[in-house]
Amino acid sequence: MAVNPAIAGRVYPPGPVYEVGREKIAEFARAIGSEDPAHTDPEAARALGYPDMVAPPTFAVIVAQRAEAALIEDPDAGIDYDRLVHGEENFVHHRPIVAGDRLIATLHVDTARLVGGHGMVTSRAEIADAGGAPVSTVRSTVVIRGGE
Amino acid sequence: MAALSFDDVAVGDVVPERAFPLHRVDLIRYAGASGDFNIIHWNERFATSVGLPDVVAHGMLTMATAGRVVTDWCGDPGAVVEYGVRFTAPVPVPDDDAGATLVVGGVVKSRDEKARTVTVELTAATAAGTKVLGRALAVVRL
Repeated sequence: MAVNPAIAGRVYPPGPVYEVGREKIAEFARAIGSEDPAHTDPEAARALGYPDMVAPPTFAVIVAQRAEAALIEDPDAGIDYDRLVHGEENFVHHRPIVAGDRLIATLHVDTARLVGGHGMVTSRAEIADAGGAPVSTVRSTVVIRGGE
Repeated sequence: MAALSFDDVAVGDVVPERAFPLHRVDLIRYAGASGDFNIIHWNERFATSVGLPDVVAHGMLTMATAGRVVTDWCGDPGAVVEYGVRFTAPVPVPDDDAGATLVVGGVVKSRDEKARTVTVELTAATAAGTKVLGRALAVVRL
């Protein structure tokens, strides 16, 4: 079985706090080829109205994928990482992520089903700041290819 | 860089198309920066053993690269309030000087006066014309 459908509705408790560093934002921006100074220069970010360097729109995937590891590594889920294909990704930013943020992600399994021998799982990482205010909602759909 | 203002944008406006080269080193750099070390993104032997044509780019690198078209266009990377894609085909990145090329463009599909947001629909394809992202929509608050 490519995935255990019974995991739908499961919630994985938050892991350790993810502290957003300036160097990490700059490193991620470089890795996606962005030369926007708001990712590397705090003054450029402040000129746009942010308290510090601002993260690229997909930066939250780092935090979300750490949370998704709890699901992928859950023996009860029965997911074979080597058979996993990324199907969809969606970010909703309640506010931009900036350097200095301390983020906490709670992972929700929204759907888990078997479709023609393949598994299909949609998870939702709810990312909040240290005060509990929502920062980003990251939805990810993966397909787990069934055995041949 | 001056950020774009809501009143400057009309439905149908074109976000200029750009071509982005992708080489193996870009995949390695993205793996390191993102923490995504899935073997299919760096090991050709493994990638081909699971039926892929070659090492393939991280879907999230393709998504991030396409997102640059939007953030560079609007001038404010924090203005993207929603961004979603479907991954419709892998992007093989051969181990040669040419690598792969992503061609990304966009068009403004709608405007929301009340929220002062615009929705940009993106297209992303390989140089050979294979569409790699579907339903790629970015909502930008201006």
